[in-house]
Amino acid sequence: MLKDQDRVFTNLYGQDDWRLAGALRRGVWDKTKDQIALGRDGIIDLVKESELRGRGGAGFPAGIKWSFMPKKSDGRPSYLVVNADESEPGTCKDREIMRFDPHRLLEGCLVAGFAMGAGACYIYIRGEFYQEAVHLQQAIDEAYEAGLIGKNAAGSGYDYDIFVHRGAGAYICGEETALLESLEGKKGQPRLKPPFPAAVGLYGCPTTVNNVETIAVVPEILRRGVSWWTSLGRPKNTGTKIFSISGHVNQPCNVEEEMGIPLKQLIEEHCGGVRGGWDNLLAIIPGGSSVHCIAKPICDTILMDFDSLREAGTGLGTAAVIVMDKSTDIVAAIARLAHFYMHESCGQCTPCREGTGWMYRVLTRMVKGEAELGEIDTLLDVTYQVEGHTICALGDAAAWPVQGLIRNFRPELEQRIKDYKAARRAAAE
Amino acid sequence: MRVSSHRAGEPGDFAFAPETMEQAKQVIARYPEGRQASATIALLDLAQRQNGGWLPGEAIEYVANLLEIAPIRVHEVASFYSMYNSKPVGTHFIQVCHTTPCWLCGSDGITQACLDSLGIGLGETTADGLFTVVEVECLGACANAPMVQINDDYYEDLTPERMAEMIGDIKSGKPVPTGSQTGRPGSCPSGGPTTLLDPSESNGSQPVDSEGSD
Repeated sequence: MLKDQDRVFTNLYGQDDWRLAGALRRGVWDKTKDQIALGRDGIIDLVKESELRGRGGAGFPAGIKWSFMPKKSDGRPSYLVVNADESEPGTCKDREIMRFDPHRLLEGCLVAGFAMGAGACYIYIRGEFYQEAVHLQQAIDEAYEAGLIGKNAAGSGYDYDIFVHRGAGAYICGEETALLESLEGKKGQPRLKPPFPAAVGLYGCPTTVNNVETIAVVPEILRRGVSWWTSLGRPKNTGTKIFSISGHVNQPCNVEEEMGIPLKQLIEEHCGGVRGGWDNLLAIIPGGSSVHCIAKPICDTILMDFDSLREAGTGLGTAAVIVMDKSTDIVAAIARLAHFYMHESCGQCTPCREGTGWMYRVLTRMVKGEAELGEIDTLLDVTYQVEGHTICALGDAAAWPVQGLIRNFRPELEQRIKDYKAARRAAAE
Repeated sequence: MRVSSHRAGEPGDFAFAPETMEQAKQVIARYPEGRQASATIALLDLAQRQNGGWLPGEAIEYVANLLEIAPIRVHEVASFYSMYNSKPVGTHFIQVCHTTPCWLCGSDGITQACLDSLGIGLGETTADGLFTVVEVECLGACANAPMVQINDDYYEDLTPERMAEMIGDIKSGKPVPTGSQTGRPGSCPSGGPTTLLDPSESNGSQPVDSEGSD
């Protein structure tokens, strides 16, 4: 288990004061000026060396992403945009950072923004997180007041502004280009890439979009040293991670753990185990709703990091573990997710707009078994027609849970169809 | 011709009250010059708040005029995002999260408890105009499932009994605590924390010196 002294998010449950005084006590804003003195390249090199990968789902190396930003301005300003549109079902970690440790995020915004040459930062927070946005705004006001941001931020000689931007309810705005559209005051419909945001982003200017947790850990990596960070986890899967565990465990919670912790250990040590014991486990979704579910035999030994889960045909995503015990109607659980994607599709690309609704309707019938056996393969085929055929990854995200269901639970689907047919026959006689 | 699905409001023009206008100006100032369209989402939210929780067509047009952008652009935004209500809602707008993590923990029972104690159907408003109940997609408090959002606040770790009790308390004007209804701090394990047990060990890498942060 990760030692308490190695934790970054030391106010994860709000035990301590979230305001500036509490944050200073916890070591936030400590010698931030020295971090900025490392210089742009110095910071980016260290972040590259730390192998920090994005915490928002895709797991792209943060340092490499930052290095795409122009070294010299062509007259356009650069922006850092923090993705706090946390809406991936199962995921509730960024909320805790923003309401209980907002200064840790703000310090990260300054250091990361400086490293990429940004003069301003927008934190795009989902509209439903009203109280979290209030905390964030109060923290920003405190930071300006204390000279930590604004002109000559934290005494570094660098001018830097941070603004909060509230969304208004749209999962798709967690997709980086949809987020930029929304930030410009439009419908959140993803843009085609290229051009990538680092070239043409917010207001047509160079922009980097990073997840809250990614940004919030950066100052701590620089303060404690890259070797500390890389000593945790495995190569390419370094550091700590906040895991959100929900569903059928005795004690659902958020907890910061070492990257690569075995799933079973995570659930047994922090969540009081699966309801009814480990053997009562049916399946888990390891990384938020947009990854394939995995059945119990894989859960027994799987490690919770990017590469281990990818080898198992799923993904770490946002590290939101949705646990389902044997009482779960797995078909209904996935049908709910299909409803989610149908509701959240922005409607721009036909395969996603039509496919998500189609998948939901077929799955709804399959919950009762009201289908033909051949429709399972038709459904699978439709998921492949949606996957990879849309501007953004929402199409993929909608297809994968359904693929995971069919891959792991085809006998269950078949049995329901057979039972339904048998019941119909019996009723007709 | 009206292009919006948003219902028309009371006759008469919509306008921001002076204090709302003050807030609107603060929001607009966050964006670079010429980029005032970025304030659309926030201004529609302010308009909805001023109008008692829903957004009439007149308010959409007003925001467009104020920001000097084409009304259709603002109508598009108003119809795209789920937090804008196109018709009046109750004073207490109950949104029950029904996505898989909450559903696994019994969100169907929470919805039923709301409907039973209010005697209305899903999406309906009570005759006294006090309550509306809707089901919404993931609200991002999954480790505290099941949960509902009432206006700006989250109410977590619910049971059907507690939900019915909360509605009773709201009706009788009794204050209801926000957050976890079982009283656990944030998303800490309900049996007590398994981490961060020794406060002296969790103060970051270095002690803060007396000179502060710089």
